Amino acid sequence: MRDGRMEGRKGGRINQGVRRIVVLAVLLSALPGFRPSASAQALRVPTDTFTLSNGLKVAVHEDHSAPLVAVNLWYHVGSGREVAGRSGFAHLFEHMMFQGSKDVDKGGHFGVVQEAGGTLNGSTNTDRTNYYEMVPSNYLEQVLWLEADRMGYLLDAFSQEKLDNQRDVVKNERRQNYENAPYGLASIRLGEMLYPEGHPYHAPTIGYQADLTAASPEDVAGFFRQWYVPNNASLVIAGDVKPADVRRLVTRYFGDIPAGQPAPAVKPLPVTLSADRRDVMEDRVTLARVSLVWPTVERWNADEDALDIFGAILGQGRSSRLYQRLVYREQAAQAVNAGQGSRPQAGQFQVTVTAREGASLSQLEREVYEEIARLADEGPTAEEMARARNGNEARSVYQLQTLLGKADRINQYLTERGTPDLFNQELARYAAVTPADVQRVARAYIRGRPHIILSVVPNGHRELAAQAPEVHP
Amino acid sequence: MNRTPVTGLAAAMALALGATALAAQAPAVATRPTLGPAPRLVMPAVQKARLPNGLAIEVVPMHEVPLVQASLLIAGGARLDGSHPGLATFTANMLDEGAGSRDAFALAAEVAYLGATLNTGASWDAVTVDVGAPRRTFAAAMALAADVVLRPRFTAADIARQRGLRLASILQQRDQPGSVAGLVFNAMVFPAGHPYHSPLNGDSASTAALDSAGVRDFWRRAADPRRATLVVTGDVTLAEVRALAQRLFGGWKAPAMPLPAPGTPAEVPRPATRIILVDKPGAAQSVIAIGGPGVSRRSPDYPAITLMNTILGGSFSSRLNDILREQKGYTYGAGSGYSWRPLPGPFNASAQVRSNATDSSLAIFFREFRRIRDSGVTATELDRGRAYLVLGSLGDFETTGQVAGSLASLTILGLPLTTIPSDLAAIQKVTAADVQRAARTYLDPAHFTVVIVGDIAKIRPGIEALGLGPVEVRDYNGREVGG
Repeated sequence: MRDGRMEGRKGGRINQGVRRIVVLAVLLSALPGFRPSASAQALRVPTDTFTLSNGLKVAVHEDHSAPLVAVNLWYHVGSGREVAGRSGFAHLFEHMMFQGSKDVDKGGHFGVVQEAGGTLNGSTNTDRTNYYEMVPSNYLEQVLWLEADRMGYLLDAFSQEKLDNQRDVVKNERRQNYENAPYGLASIRLGEMLYPEGHPYHAPTIGYQADLTAASPEDVAGFFRQWYVPNNASLVIAGDVKPADVRRLVTRYFGDIPAGQPAPAVKPLPVTLSADRRDVMEDRVTLARVSLVWPTVERWNADEDALDIFGAILGQGRSSRLYQRLVYREQAAQAVNAGQGSRPQAGQFQVTVTAREGASLSQLEREVYEEIARLADEGPTAEEMARARNGNEARSVYQLQTLLGKADRINQYLTERGTPDLFNQELARYAAVTPADVQRVARAYIRGRPHIILSVVPNGHRELAAQAPEVHP
Repeated sequence: MNRTPVTGLAAAMALALGATALAAQAPAVATRPTLGPAPRLVMPAVQKARLPNGLAIEVVPMHEVPLVQASLLIAGGARLDGSHPGLATFTANMLDEGAGSRDAFALAAEVAYLGATLNTGASWDAVTVDVGAPRRTFAAAMALAADVVLRPRFTAADIARQRGLRLASILQQRDQPGSVAGLVFNAMVFPAGHPYHSPLNGDSASTAALDSAGVRDFWRRAADPRRATLVVTGDVTLAEVRALAQRLFGGWKAPAMPLPAPGTPAEVPRPATRIILVDKPGAAQSVIAIGGPGVSRRSPDYPAITLMNTILGGSFSSRLNDILREQKGYTYGAGSGYSWRPLPGPFNASAQVRSNATDSSLAIFFREFRRIRDSGVTATELDRGRAYLVLGSLGDFETTGQVAGSLASLTILGLPLTTIPSDLAAIQKVTAADVQRAARTYLDPAHFTVVIVGDIAKIRPGIEALGLGPVEVRDYNGREVGG
């Protein structure tokens, strides 16, 4: 019920769980003279995997620490696979999946899961659509039945009325989160500027109002038959279950859904810019803001982690360089953030600075370049590297506290790499990044490289927009 | 028992063959499967201790993951702001802007180095310092927390900087129609002099008046170990926490002149239903907030009210969301809720709706308020609502943060953790008549305040035509303006 940006909570309670994970502590901190550090834990999430004859991939993770189970189903289709003139359709289709299917009434998904005290929702991004439930473990079979019924028999319950209703709901979602939200439309504009027309990441996942209006019943049927097939999906079940029971139930409910045409493979489609692109938007905002976005690398690229660390040191949190300089020392900025965003087909590095009243966006932009250059030239300190690494490790452990978080991550690994337990490899890869790597990627992708500069200014105040500097540092 | 992980293409293919044989025997399944027996909620046990200076300690050991969560609560909070709205939250936010031997930067850097989180803040009823950390760095992170509580710097420069940031963020609230609706709603529902009349973070004028002396004085009087509770959950034992607390907080002395206990404000008046419009020209949606003063968390009717609200607007399948979203398509989501605090917080029903459906939505809200009072609820709604609340509690005590959060909010109310299972048992026994009585007693659409932030030129005629009550226009702060 969410598009990629929105982390909405309409689906009921968001539950989280403390979960057993296998933690192999490496006792670095026991060495004399060593400061206590969060680092050096190894994570493993044991998982059984199997594939049904119709191509549905399944992974099961046992965790009996609470009587709960998470079910997480990914369809490997997101807004990136939409056709021209139908932006927003993958997400609108996701809403249709909650409107009932052959043997489930409209509202039945919410009815069953909510009477179990459970949580459920779905989300769509550029690359996949996921559906998930967390329920008491005795409800596993009911949830599998719900998911299988809509995977196999959604169209049996389709009606024009349901499409019109959810079209209205999605248009309201767009109004609430983009049109009526400060800076909301800027995120859409950035995608349009960075990715050329026709690129999977050009149009926003929420779509354009005109394209939402154009969506037809034929579109629903065609999209369902093309993408919502078991051989284009992966299912993860995590919690208080036995793998043998799960296999029996999954086979019972999903086994006779026919396979469809295989989906074309997804390949990286990196973009480059030959020159800077600058634009200005007016919005109902009090404070002006500038966003700088560089094309970088896709998910799983060898440079992904070094760029992530560069972002953390540059502009994440109160100990970052941009925060220290712009928010604390100069008090010219109200907020600052920087970071690498990696998606399967392309990645981007973004810096966003919100100016205090009276501060110059042009000046703030110039100072961002100065800090980028300084970090690229001098490199990060050992302390900064340790902060980035320790923060990453702590976040990884926190993510594994919840069954839903674990299941979604397992499904990501299964989808993107074909194997469910890469938790430890990801941590190790991150920990192996050196200060020289950080400097190298900063020079290769960021420092002095062509990028997008988008200013958002209060209505009627275009003069506040960041202006191109005479000389690019 | 965890199985050996099966990975790799060969293993997956071998399993796929096995699945084929099973699939051939599997029937198509068209009917909803039957349920096995429901699991029961097992409440965590709370272990308690107290330091000689009065600091209470509550520990819930949870050894599944090597994480620890701590909340230090000091009773008081923004209800003690008096004539300085925003003072408690500002002081709390200042605590981690430099403390002990570290300035603001060094403190933030050390927290990050430890892979920890350190958050300071205040609610209406308490100041809180929250620490989350991996087990191995928990003691070091708690030492920072002790600096923050016992040795905050409150330098004039730090205060000037944070005051500037807060003034700007107060200005930014105007950009958010939902925030505006909330501020105006509270200013209208609660009369001047009531603590909830002013925003929790104060307004521009009260913020501009904040200074180092005021902050220091507030903290000197508020930081009282006799009013404090340290809640710790996660991979620790009571003995470890007690020893750590004694070392870090044992020297914490009671203030010579503590803040008084918060008083009880006068009864909040309930004027006849009225409509307040706040203009946002060109807005794509109207933000609607409807309600009035609610009920204390200590009310014996808590179980019936909670079940009533779950059916009215407290869940996705509730009446308000089902009608306004799933039937009418006016909104992305609609709901209602009571703010459960020691003092009665507001009851508030809300939605952001398409501008040209503002009047229709408003009519539905009021129709539903009356319907649940006049006609009650169905047996199905009652069963589903009960199950939603009772079974949902299974997922409420899983993370260290959830357990610490539940424990902290009950501690502030002066209630034990056993309140939760006893409330759930009571909810199981709530009848349809109880729900209807709760609606008739605590949901009073004849005396509601309605705040709508939207494009007045477009929405006003339709709203007036409903005849719900007098319509007036106010500004972003709830002050009267012409029109």
